[in-house]
Amino acid sequence: MVETVVFVIFGLAALFGAITMVWARNPVYSAMGLMMTMFSIAVFYVSNSAHFIAVVQVIVYAGAVMTLFLFVIMLIGVDKEEDRTENLPIQRPLALVLILSFGAAVVVAGRLAWTTGIRNPLDPVNGTVEAIGDELFKRWVLPFEITGLLLIVAAAGAIALAFFKDDDDAEVDPWR
Amino acid sequence: MIVNQFLVLAALLFSIGIYGVLVRRNAVLVLLSVELMLTAVNINLVAFGAFLQDELLAGQVFALFVIAVAAAEVGIGLAIVVLIFRNRSSANIDELNLLKW
Repeated sequence: MVETVVFVIFGLAALFGAITMVWARNPVYSAMGLMMTMFSIAVFYVSNSAHFIAVVQVIVYAGAVMTLFLFVIMLIGVDKEEDRTENLPIQRPLALVLILSFGAAVVVAGRLAWTTGIRNPLDPVNGTVEAIGDELFKRWVLPFEITGLLLIVAAAGAIALAFFKDDDDAEVDPWR
Repeated sequence: MIVNQFLVLAALLFSIGIYGVLVRRNAVLVLLSVELMLTAVNINLVAFGAFLQDELLAGQVFALFVIAVAAAEVGIGLAIVVLIFRNRSSANIDELNLLKW
């Protein structure tokens, strides 16, 4: 019962945040809406006993990524109006048909029952830092290291993209 | 523990993300929508992991990997957006037809 109430409250909050993100004219409101969605999803992680993932979600998404987004929104300006006219006239009715068929597919899939694994009710899933680290640094250590390499490459790439300039002031740029 | 409600919510959030990617013209908003789609996938991973009571914690570990990849993607993507805005004074993706043949 408590699970259902928590799900309904935070599910509506997540949907509200997502729709705010998509519809808001002001990009800052969009970022705030996505932040609200991220916090609500962290609550779902906790209710699925994935405590460490919830903490990572709040720190990485609601903290770091949203701060980065807000910085970029402030950098490139928030008062640009964007037009939402469609170039293809068939797009809206086609989207309506596709969304209805997709909703029907979700409903049909929800009624099907399938088993993808053996449930073990004696051992509930353990989402603490200790359990995650035990798996992450033993079984998943190679993907973990590749992910670390990916993050280093991404950080270096972002710095390189922001640092190198294409115009004529090459003498103030020490790397060219 | 029922998993269906999480799957439906994730499908809704993913669809909203796709809508944002297709409709918004601002490149930053497109990246925000991509983040929403990645997070919706994470809900599925964690919910299935809890539903199957996976002892290997594969769902949660994969959610961690997806979060890391999303962080890398958003860093590169926002750097590219800033670079485009610096060169063309616009972040409207409809005006970016440089690669159009």
